[in-house]
Amino acid sequence: MSTTIQDKKNVVILFAGDSGDGIQLTGSQFTSTSALVGNDISTFPNFPAEIRAPQGTLAGVSGFQLHFGSVNVYTAGDVCDVLVVMNAAGLKANLKTLKKGGIIIANTDGFDPKNLLLAKFPKDVNPLTDGSLNEYELKTIDVTKLTKTCLEGSGLGTKEIDRCKNMFVLGFVYWMYNRNIDFSIDYIKETFKKKPEIADANIKVLKAGYSYGDTTETFMNRYVVKAAPMAKGTYRSITGNQAAALGLIAAGDKSKLKLFYATYPITPASDILHELSKHKNFGVGTFQAEDEIAAVTAAIGASFGGSLGVTASSGPGIALKGEAIGLATMLELPLVIVNVQRGGPSTGLPTKTEQADLLQALFGRNSECPVPVIAAQSPSDCFDAVYEACLIAVQHMTPIFFLSDGYIANGSEPWKFPKAKDLKDIHVKFTTEKNSENTFLPYKRDEKLSRPWALPGTKGLQHRIGGLEKEHETGNISYDPDNHEFMVRLRAQKVEKIADYIPEQKIEQGNGKGKVLVLGWGSTFGSIKTAVKELIDEGHDVSQAHIRYLNPLPKNLGTILRNYEKVLIPEMNMGQLLMLIRSKYLVDAIGLNKIKGMPFTAAEIKNRVIQLSKS
Amino acid sequence: MDTLLDKPLTAKDFTTDQDVRWCPGCGDYSILKQVQSVLPEIGLKREEIVFVSGIGCSSRFPYYMETYGMHSIHGRATAVASGLKAVRPDLSVWIVTGDGDALSIGGNHLIHLLRRNFDVNILLFNNEIYGLTKGQYSPTSPIGKVAKSTPYGSLDHPFNPLALCLGADATFVARSMDRDPKHLRELILRTHKHKGTSLLEIYQNCNVFNDGAFEVFTEKSSKKNETIFVEQSKPLLFGDNNEKGIKLDGFTPIVVNVNEANVSANDLWIHDEKDRVKAEMLVRFFNDATADNHLPRPFGVFYEEERNTYEEDFNQQIENTIQQKGKGNLDDLLRGKNTWEIN
Ligand SMILES: Cc1ncc(C[n+]2csc(CCOP(=O)(O)OP(=O)(O)O)c2C)c(N)n1
Ligand code: SF4
Repeated sequence: MSTTIQDKKNVVILFAGDSGDGIQLTGSQFTSTSALVGNDISTFPNFPAEIRAPQGTLAGVSGFQLHFGSVNVYTAGDVCDVLVVMNAAGLKANLKTLKKGGIIIANTDGFDPKNLLLAKFPKDVNPLTDGSLNEYELKTIDVTKLTKTCLEGSGLGTKEIDRCKNMFVLGFVYWMYNRNIDFSIDYIKETFKKKPEIADANIKVLKAGYSYGDTTETFMNRYVVKAAPMAKGTYRSITGNQAAALGLIAAGDKSKLKLFYATYPITPASDILHELSKHKNFGVGTFQAEDEIAAVTAAIGASFGGSLGVTASSGPGIALKGEAIGLATMLELPLVIVNVQRGGPSTGLPTKTEQADLLQALFGRNSECPVPVIAAQSPSDCFDAVYEACLIAVQHMTPIFFLSDGYIANGSEPWKFPKAKDLKDIHVKFTTEKNSENTFLPYKRDEKLSRPWALPGTKGLQHRIGGLEKEHETGNISYDPDNHEFMVRLRAQKVEKIADYIPEQKIEQGNGKGKVLVLGWGSTFGSIKTAVKELIDEGHDVSQAHIRYLNPLPKNLGTILRNYEKVLIPEMNMGQLLMLIRSKYLVDAIGLNKIKGMPFTAAEIKNRVIQLSKS
Repeated sequence: MDTLLDKPLTAKDFTTDQDVRWCPGCGDYSILKQVQSVLPEIGLKREEIVFVSGIGCSSRFPYYMETYGMHSIHGRATAVASGLKAVRPDLSVWIVTGDGDALSIGGNHLIHLLRRNFDVNILLFNNEIYGLTKGQYSPTSPIGKVAKSTPYGSLDHPFNPLALCLGADATFVARSMDRDPKHLRELILRTHKHKGTSLLEIYQNCNVFNDGAFEVFTEKSSKKNETIFVEQSKPLLFGDNNEKGIKLDGFTPIVVNVNEANVSANDLWIHDEKDRVKAEMLVRFFNDATADNHLPRPFGVFYEEERNTYEEDFNQQIENTIQQKGKGNLDDLLRGKNTWEIN
């Protein structure tokens, strides 16, 4: 065999085809297998908005992008090295992300006249044969036919045979990257435990795809991507939504509070509900409410009763919850509000990502209604960030926002998961005694300025809380002008005080001062990290800081900002953090804004920093 | 009682130090008084009781009850109570709400609470007007109601609250009035006793913005002829001397005079709280009291049914899962199914 095997540092591969082609499964199988050999990994699944968009059309293209490396990777990759397409639409929609000279693996059957037409190629034009792909390395395989041949005599119907196509492709890609196929074989056996004939067929086709690589000599190159230099330990792969669910369960477990998760389904937040509802044996209560308002108010009711009340949604649902979040601010009860952001406004782009709602989280309610905000920066970080949100909620008696977004919610990465015993303690103490001479003052404050949590059922501590302005300490209704101003300021101070309990802002990369600081929050972390790392390697004077605590902001942030000549804030919105930073610190920060429902590429950030350094 | 030394509680023990702020003469006072005097009889401790309300005049109620309480936001008391009851089945949860609060802004949560059948008690103060916002018509105001927002009369067809609740598969549906303390007391007791969501509609006079809305039912001169107080296993009788009865003519209820020769006591409609079909007819006795041949307005418990409560099933499911899978181990969960080692 004349095939050579080359070492590769990192590879970006994009699987694309109809949503019915099993693209997500193919991608996630390849991901898991790569993770098992120790590659660092970042993935980006990209779904069509419609569940079953018309077959073969551009609107129906489903994609799964995977970046794996023997080096650390922080994003799913700017451009692809390999594009695997099951049909013409998959090619058309994604060719622009393939780098020049990149490899295309195409299923020829998906390029028949009908598919070409649906993908809106001009009549009689077939990109596989007209030379338009000459600057790429094109490998065509009639996957459909080969799968059929492989399963001849299996007794399976055409439809069932057709469903095995993706296994052929997966097998072939395994061969290309010299992977072991055992993990996927086990997976297939487990998935089709009850249908052995389907399991057999899938395994047969997977193997056929692998041997196809061996037996056809047209394709010369194979690659290996060795293990990445990752910290020692045990890893698993995790998506942001899974991590958020586990973080909530862990917080419930460590605080010994019952987790009560009330929500109304919405993309891209629903998967947290799906995950949590599987784990009732942790005492987790999940409540699919009739709407978002019911969800948040039920969570408030549960918190009043002594549970860890959590509600989740995406932008449109958060808009509905606004009034109740104001109530929770007045009640001063713990409440965690999860917002897995998506493109907006209104229904917007349900399946696409955007850092849409930072200002909504901070200000999207009537009057002076301060709520702490914490944002995750990567899929696995959703675990830590939501855990931290729960901790702050119960220790400071406050509603709090946890922000994630569609990119990190669905994306995955290796996670060196913690041991339960190493998680921070979440100490909760319910008040059981009167806190003043012979009376109970429900709004008397401790050193954190937070009030006592006294549960119904506790003798002698009967009290009434509500949304009307409260008299200081007694909590009685008060319309006194001075008291109102006092209380408004007090609630603001209480949230501001959290800054005493959170870590200072750190510099992620670069020096503590210099020419350019790239400042970000949330899911842009990976792109910024990659860009800044490359820039530093290339000798530029640039640093990175990434904000996790968006309200209150870390105390030292202002000092950090003043240590740089220029501050660049890349955001997937019109400049929401930018607005805050400029107004709060009077720093002339510059925005880099992308609002395309797609994450930044590292190159986009790099280019802007280079421009800035020159000016 | 906590210890043998604890004295039995009285209505006073359920009174807070807060000034009651309803308009003088408001029907809410009478309801508050009955609730405060019934609770000691029920035998619950004060700390075991929670009053949850929305927004409206009636929703100020929790501030006046020496129990736990939450004055939430407009329309959402039902949802707050759902979350509370789900995690704290041990508490006695009462919802106080108005016709606007429960049926307009909170209509959605009300029907969902009823179908789920949380074991909570709803006191729906119906005054057929928005009191707190100073006199706009409400979802229970009759067509043509002249109010602040409808100087030419309202156009909306009103809700029949109890028919709505039965439509949502409520397991306990009843009606009483502020002006009949004895009946109100009894019905509050029944409301408490029912396991599952109990909905008690209380006709409440708003003497400032809708005075006399229920006059025909509450005034001595008309009460006997315009109302019918239903009791389990008793015939439907009303009138000055109980001389009138209700009889079913096929599926049509008609008023008959029991003293007439051709009417036998056996022909009368016997009230059965378990009979859903009849309950649905009873709550449809809803005609305008000025209409010809109208039926009297019924009061009492119209329907009661036993059904699993949501919080039982909710917590049972958690228990069952623990039984089946064993109590969750956090380390196993964090580890998941597929791991790999980096050395
Ligand atoms: C979100 C919201 N919308 C509107 C209001 C204003 N509002 C307060 S109470 C009320 C109606 C109250 O009527 P009802 O529920 O019948 O109670 P009542 O005052 O008659 O007891 C309205 C419209 C509010 N508080 N919140
Ligand atoms: S406005 Fe009407 S309902 Fe409200 S307190 Fe006054 S009388 Fe009662």
